[in-house]
Amino acid sequence: MSQLAQPILQDEALAALDAAPNLKISARGVDVFYGAKQALFGIDLDIGSRMVTSLIGPSGCGKSTFIRCLNRMNDIIDGCRVEGQILLDGNDIYGHLIDAVQLRALVGMVFQKPNPFPKSIYDNVAYGPRIHGLAAAKDEFDDIVERSLQRAGLWNEVKDRLNEPGTSLSGGQQQRLCIARAIAVSPEVILMDEPCSALDPIATARIEELIDELRENFTIVIVTHSMQQAARVSQRTAFFHLGDVVEVGETEQIFTNPRERRTQDYITGRFG
Amino acid sequence: MSKDHIVSSFDADLSRLDNMIAEMGGLAESQLARSIEALCKRDTEAAERIIPADKKIDALEEEIYEYTVKLLALRQPVADDLRIVISAIKISSVIERIGDYAKNISKRTIVLKDNPSLTGALNTVSRMGDLVQAMIKQALDAYIERDADKAGDVRARDREVDLLHTSLFRELLTYMMEDPRYITPCTHLLFVAKNIERIGDHTTGIAEQVHFMVHGEMLADDRPKDDHSSTTIVTPEDVKNDRESAQP
Amino acid sequence: MTDMAARAPIDTAKSTGDIVRNSLKRRYAAERRFKFYGLTAVCTALAFLAIMLGNIVYKGHSAFVQTNIELEIYLDESVIDPQGHRDPKALISADYGGLIKASLRKKFPDVRKRRDKKALYKLVSGGAAFELYQMVLADPALIGQTVAVSLTASADIDIFNKGGIDINLPESDRRVKDKEIRWLETLRTAGAVSIDFNTRFFTAGDSRDPEQAGVLGAVVGSTLTLIITLLLSFPLGIMAAVYLEEFAPKNRWTDIIEVNINNLAAVPSIVFGLLGLAVFLNFFGLPRSAPLVGGLVLALMTLPTIIIASRAALKSVPPSIREAALGVGASRLQTVVDHVLPLAMPGMLTGTIIGMARALGESAPLLMIGMVAFIVDVPHGPTDPATVLPVQVYLWADSPERAFVERTSAAIMVLLAFLICMNLAAQILRQKFERRW
Repeated sequence: MSQLAQPILQDEALAALDAAPNLKISARGVDVFYGAKQALFGIDLDIGSRMVTSLIGPSGCGKSTFIRCLNRMNDIIDGCRVEGQILLDGNDIYGHLIDAVQLRALVGMVFQKPNPFPKSIYDNVAYGPRIHGLAAAKDEFDDIVERSLQRAGLWNEVKDRLNEPGTSLSGGQQQRLCIARAIAVSPEVILMDEPCSALDPIATARIEELIDELRENFTIVIVTHSMQQAARVSQRTAFFHLGDVVEVGETEQIFTNPRERRTQDYITGRFG
Repeated sequence: MSKDHIVSSFDADLSRLDNMIAEMGGLAESQLARSIEALCKRDTEAAERIIPADKKIDALEEEIYEYTVKLLALRQPVADDLRIVISAIKISSVIERIGDYAKNISKRTIVLKDNPSLTGALNTVSRMGDLVQAMIKQALDAYIERDADKAGDVRARDREVDLLHTSLFRELLTYMMEDPRYITPCTHLLFVAKNIERIGDHTTGIAEQVHFMVHGEMLADDRPKDDHSSTTIVTPEDVKNDRESAQP
Repeated sequence: MTDMAARAPIDTAKSTGDIVRNSLKRRYAAERRFKFYGLTAVCTALAFLAIMLGNIVYKGHSAFVQTNIELEIYLDESVIDPQGHRDPKALISADYGGLIKASLRKKFPDVRKRRDKKALYKLVSGGAAFELYQMVLADPALIGQTVAVSLTASADIDIFNKGGIDINLPESDRRVKDKEIRWLETLRTAGAVSIDFNTRFFTAGDSRDPEQAGVLGAVVGSTLTLIITLLLSFPLGIMAAVYLEEFAPKNRWTDIIEVNINNLAAVPSIVFGLLGLAVFLNFFGLPRSAPLVGGLVLALMTLPTIIIASRAALKSVPPSIREAALGVGASRLQTVVDHVLPLAMPGMLTGTIIGMARALGESAPLLMIGMVAFIVDVPHGPTDPATVLPVQVYLWADSPERAFVERTSAAIMVLLAFLICMNLAAQILRQKFERRW
């Protein structure tokens, strides 16, 4: 696991936070090992608040590994070791001030393949608030469920069948249900690991429109293997290659005039 | 054309592009109108104000250019969206040329100030200017409304401009042959007329671009060209005949 | 001059289509042969099953009916209750057999010789006296009256009546002599002989007399034993499987544990019986022959099966469900209890039922802990001595008497019915828990 933050490093991070008050997550020197094999090499990356940051790169470049560090999902993988510092609003998420379960209530996740619980639509969305104690009475739960489903753009389609199983929806609807489930606990950050890769273009467009709406209230980090999606959806883009961040910058700049040769080669399809 | 995009920010981007084109077109229109008015009224002060205002049109063209590059990179438009963006690039460069022509007319207005007036010719120029202004307005409306029929109409109206230009050309040649004092102002007026005729051609180009944008195909038939100034010849005999026929 | 004669193109390579077409016949023939072998195997298995079941049903079906003989018995008060106080102690010690004998003598007055009388008395079952006692005890008002009582016929008569004895054999080779047959015929013409449903088979415990023997003791013993087994092995098995699968770190120790559990599942059951004998009976001093001990031994035996099946069920839950739960902020325990367990439950239940079915049919370990004794009373609790169905079958199978033969097969049928019921219960539970994902 990570070392405790050195005082100097912490001050630097806090100074960075003061300089850029929109900084939500700050990663410094993050190394990730699967057993003896190193997957990420000293990643330094800042995630801005209330904007969409996309991580692009070829397969196996470490972008999924990195995003899973942000909500400590790598903890459940045997033999996975994370070193370095990741700060959420200035707090080290691998330190002992933040518990992993608490962290995951602040940093939600949407996965590649839609994975609603085999429960009713209502229970899917209400599960998170229930286990965290965010509501007590039935009407409070009803409120949270309705609000989350509306924000996810799913309310009108399911409001008459909240008791049907979540798995009875179509692929795109299931993914929106997973998004509703994630936002039901009112997280601050939403991580999306290739959320549209299993969906058709119309469902994908709907999710992208949803992401546009969500970024007014949430910080979003999205991993995508579609560069076009990254271009459409994000404000900042980071290009990962072989476990390294090659370039990070404004999406417009990355896709019109990238600084690094490797970045340009990748996005123009000049190397696999 | 088609309905709203699912991702509403894409619609917002395209609207912004339309607004920029409309703004640029409006500026160019007003530049042209004022420059012709200045010319006919021999108002050099107005002409002097028009010249630096052209910078704004140039700046807009640059802005539109950068914006379309960004749209192409970030939105990867296809089909009609692609044609809209490509057309915007071409049309903005055309409007910039129109602005340049308007500036050129104003420059010549300053030169013509102290020269004897050519009221008849100036009236023709004024009429040409009115026609062309109407064409510009219609072409830009056609672009914003995505109306190919309106655009087709513009194309037909260029014919009248060309006819006027041919006759004005002849007229000015005649003046010049009659009296050497007219050579300087007429030459400048020739250029002014030519500018306006070129503006008419460019506006037709905008209309053709609009047709492509809507239908996805270029207009096949050749543009009707009635500008015969390039083959006009006036000899001293013609001048004498004209003078004799003008006498009762 | 160019030779324009068309030269036939040299066909060195056949097209793919041709090659495939040629091989098709062979491939389809192989497929047909395979299907035939498979069908043969299935038919053979079914044939064996049919033969075995058929044999059992053929032998055992007659045990479900019993011959009864109706006699007019005078319930002499002076014999039953001389004091007249209806004291239970007096009632129980009365000579009911004598009353029955008196009735038989009355029916067949010309039977004089001692030996003949003995044979006559043996028409009815030895336990008929007890049956009479039970009737009197239930309704003491009958004392003093002459009532028509339906008494169980003796085993030999019962078998003869069902057609199990060959009349053509010489009398010395037969168990039922000619005079007995004649007496029986007399009773039959009088309408006193009937074949009724053998309720005694289901309501009585074991007995020396086959006509009095029933499976109730064994059924209750089996049920108690299985309940103990279930109560012990199900929770332990599930919790062990959940811990090993979800919480335990993956290191050498857990590997060793897994190997050991797999091996335990294959250990011969009699070894568990020896373990039970040594530990539960000798060391802890628990009562011999009790369903409690039987349940403990069988629980040990079933535990590995349940653990293995439960682990497989847990493994089959897709990791995406766990990730989704963890991603929302559930703790490990909440993930397991709220999401993984409900999905794994059908598989776990199946494994449990399989284990229970195996435990139901086990006799070797139970023999070791003493459930082989001859137990007459139906057990009332888990600490009473008892026997189980498979052991009962074994005991009865040992006896050469014809009547026990049919009862052995009948007991096997009861055992099979028990198993079918358990499987049905498993099916219903499975469907109740099954969820799509």
